Amino acid sequence: MNSVDKQKEVAVATVDEITVDIPKEVIIEETSIAIFKTKDDTIFALENKCPHKGGPLSQGIVSGEHVFCPLHDWKISLNDGEAQGPDEGCTASYDTRIENNTVYLLLN
Amino acid sequence: MKKERLVLIGNGMAGMYTIEEILKQEPDRFEITVFGKEPHPNYNRILLSSVLQGDSELEDIVLNDYDWYEEHNITLHAGDEVTRIDTTNKQVESAGGIVCAYDHLIVATGSNPFMPPIPGSDKEGVISFRDIKDTETMIEASKKYEKAAVIGGGLLGLEAARGLLNLNMETEVIHIQDQLMERQLDPNASKMLKRELEGQGMRFHMEKQTEQIFGRKRVQGLHFKDGESLYADLIVIAVGIRPNIKLAENSGIETNRAIVVNDFLETSAPDVYAVGECAEHNGIAYGLVAPLYEQGKILAARLVSKEPAGAGYQGSLTSTKLKVSGVDVFSAGEFGEADDLKSVLVHDDFDGVYKKVNIRDNKVVGAVLFGDTSDSPKLLNLINKKEDISDVGKGLILPSESNAPVESPVADMADEETVCGCNGVCKGDIVSAINDKGLTSVNEIKQHTNASRSCGGCKPLVSDLLNATLGDEASGAEVEPLCGCTDLSHEQVTEEIKTKQLTHTREVMNVLGWKEPEGCSKCRPALNYYLSVSKPKEYEDDYSSRFINERVHANIQNDGTYSVVPRMYGGVTNSEQLRKIADVAEKYEVPLLKMTGGQRIDMLGVKKEDLPSIWGELDMPSGHAYGKSIRTVKTCVGEDFCRFGTQDSIGMGMTIERKYERLNTPHKVKMAVSACPRNCAESGIKDIGIVGLEGHWEMYVGGNGGVDLRGGDLLGKMKSDDELLDSISAFLQYYRESAHYLERTSHWIERVGLDHVKAVVLEDEEARANLIERMEVSLEHKGEDPWKELTYNEKKKQELFEQRKVELV
Repeated sequence: MNSVDKQKEVAVATVDEITVDIPKEVIIEETSIAIFKTKDDTIFALENKCPHKGGPLSQGIVSGEHVFCPLHDWKISLNDGEAQGPDEGCTASYDTRIENNTVYLLLN
Repeated sequence: MKKERLVLIGNGMAGMYTIEEILKQEPDRFEITVFGKEPHPNYNRILLSSVLQGDSELEDIVLNDYDWYEEHNITLHAGDEVTRIDTTNKQVESAGGIVCAYDHLIVATGSNPFMPPIPGSDKEGVISFRDIKDTETMIEASKKYEKAAVIGGGLLGLEAARGLLNLNMETEVIHIQDQLMERQLDPNASKMLKRELEGQGMRFHMEKQTEQIFGRKRVQGLHFKDGESLYADLIVIAVGIRPNIKLAENSGIETNRAIVVNDFLETSAPDVYAVGECAEHNGIAYGLVAPLYEQGKILAARLVSKEPAGAGYQGSLTSTKLKVSGVDVFSAGEFGEADDLKSVLVHDDFDGVYKKVNIRDNKVVGAVLFGDTSDSPKLLNLINKKEDISDVGKGLILPSESNAPVESPVADMADEETVCGCNGVCKGDIVSAINDKGLTSVNEIKQHTNASRSCGGCKPLVSDLLNATLGDEASGAEVEPLCGCTDLSHEQVTEEIKTKQLTHTREVMNVLGWKEPEGCSKCRPALNYYLSVSKPKEYEDDYSSRFINERVHANIQNDGTYSVVPRMYGGVTNSEQLRKIADVAEKYEVPLLKMTGGQRIDMLGVKKEDLPSIWGELDMPSGHAYGKSIRTVKTCVGEDFCRFGTQDSIGMGMTIERKYERLNTPHKVKMAVSACPRNCAESGIKDIGIVGLEGHWEMYVGGNGGVDLRGGDLLGKMKSDDELLDSISAFLQYYRESAHYLERTSHWIERVGLDHVKAVVLEDEEARANLIERMEVSLEHKGEDPWKELTYNEKKKQELFEQRKVELV
């Protein structure tokens, strides 16, 4: 990768603004992204779009490091956006970074 | 890093299967472009005959719809044919003028129907049977014309002929050989097939060669070489397919009968691969689906691993099943006659059953089955495994012929034996999917494992396997667990909650040793419900364990918008409410206003972030149309205006709705009150349905107008309004305490029995009184209107409804 082509970082929220297991939806340049906070305060970010029928993952039930899509109950990993079990598909995932209580999203 | 550019020519089953296999392993590595000649997304060509036979619709056979391509960032040029491959500059050019560079190119151009050079075959009404357009042409023709002729008595020709019969056309089949499907069947099976199809109404002209097709603009009939003629308004030519290799040929790629590939599907040109019907491996070009999929898997592995690895493709064993309703035919491997072959033969002309298994050197090498193909999976496996059968009896080769009780062939299959040949799904995959995911239908199994997704021929086996798997569980003493996270049943969990005095979902999962420490979307809402019923006063709702509808108090729709249904007690409204709804609908540009089945107004297509303001401006209570709770009480006009009404149904309906609104229940509860047996409010199909008669009310329970249509059972006759309300309280509370979460009253009544419910709710005075008392406690603590609560709670609003726009600097 070209060093000039550095990843962009963008601040999306403070850690406290996000409730555990209640994802937060942010829109960056027309892309909707779901930010998740798990019980141990780890922050994850996925595109807000189930690989199955595009359901908003920010509205799903979060269990540990998985979210269940509200439309047809697909189980998606918060780590890499992969659908679990025989369901196949993957939603984009984003790296995150926390500094001074602020959540930064790393964009390519 | 720049992505590798992968271009696929041919948007058909073989090419797209390869792409799917690649995406499974490397979802993001390639920038994928697909060219397809047909103006459709990828569909299941095998099922065209089932569309023609009227068993499926065109939209049912689409494998990857346009959304799928978009979701996977695949550029699809449907209806644009590639006209040139420039292997030197590594780019392709299309008829539509697109030039597209590639790092890897897959040629999957499939086959063309072979059209023999018969004079007149260019006339209107002469078609092949290959794609959606041909299928549509046949269906259209059947509306105007009566007589059809099919040239070709092979697999495809007979499927087309059966379809034309279903379209009510007189159907003649012309075949150049003296037996049908001679490439798949031996003479005996072929004879029986012909007899069966004649019985279905097909007429055959064997050993006839067509010399000319006559007619003016449109076809009128055909002349045979022997001087005979036949009239026809539609002629379907199905004499075979030819690999479509013109593009490869013109681009300097080595071809023979088809595009020549090695064990890794590599062609003579660097970074160009061929897969499917257009590829020739070891001198064989396959025309069936299972080999295409086997090749697709190998090719995907080849592209993913960058270098050739493993043994590569070693050729396929082909088997055939005829997809013609009412005829079971199967053949595989070497089914013909040869000096070194010994056969096991069952030939029962009376019942129309024929079975031949060919054996060489104690190994099964081929088989033909007619009339009863239940042994086909067993045989296919024996052929594939090349197992020595000298020690086993005929019972193993043809289990259906042994005297053992008839048992599905899946029963004695090993876990690794293949059930679905098209998609390579073995018995073990299906069984574990049924067990782990609690699957209960063939359709669910299809969705979860891909078994029976393509030709559908293995559906009976999948269904047997489902019954066998679930049946074992039912006969064992094991209880049905609440979900995959625990072995405990609903009853055991509720009992533990009570005895151990558990107070939080996390505590339940922790104390009861959940296998998934954080639960899943099935158990979390169930636990939240059970805890709230067990401690109505103390329990604090865990809304992170609620399904989104109950978390944001609106119904999520397929596009992620929501619907809003304000409460209108008893289905009664007024001009002020209607004006407010109209104003809000206009202001927020609500796309659709619709009446619900429960006599309410549904505002559909509302954006999530608009929900709180809409509630504020409506200033009406939530209709709870989204909840596992009391929904609506539907009423008829009743004695106020109706000349037949014997009771005040509206008044009673409103009283009931005000009393029980916002009460949570195991599943939704719909109610109705009618003022006479004409039952205009449809009380017979409600969870609780009340019918007013002169001097008393009848109370029906367990009715359902939805998935499982069920008429309600008469619980009893109530002599006064108070007795009726008490009975509703007792019934509802017993349902709340003893039903499983997500169990409707209709299923609950079936499970526990109407007499038992009557005994507890009406007859046992002490139990009834206690239920009523516990209901009163629950009603006292059911909380305020959720819309009002959320509209003015800034923190909750931000947490649940905010859609934050972040600017990139």
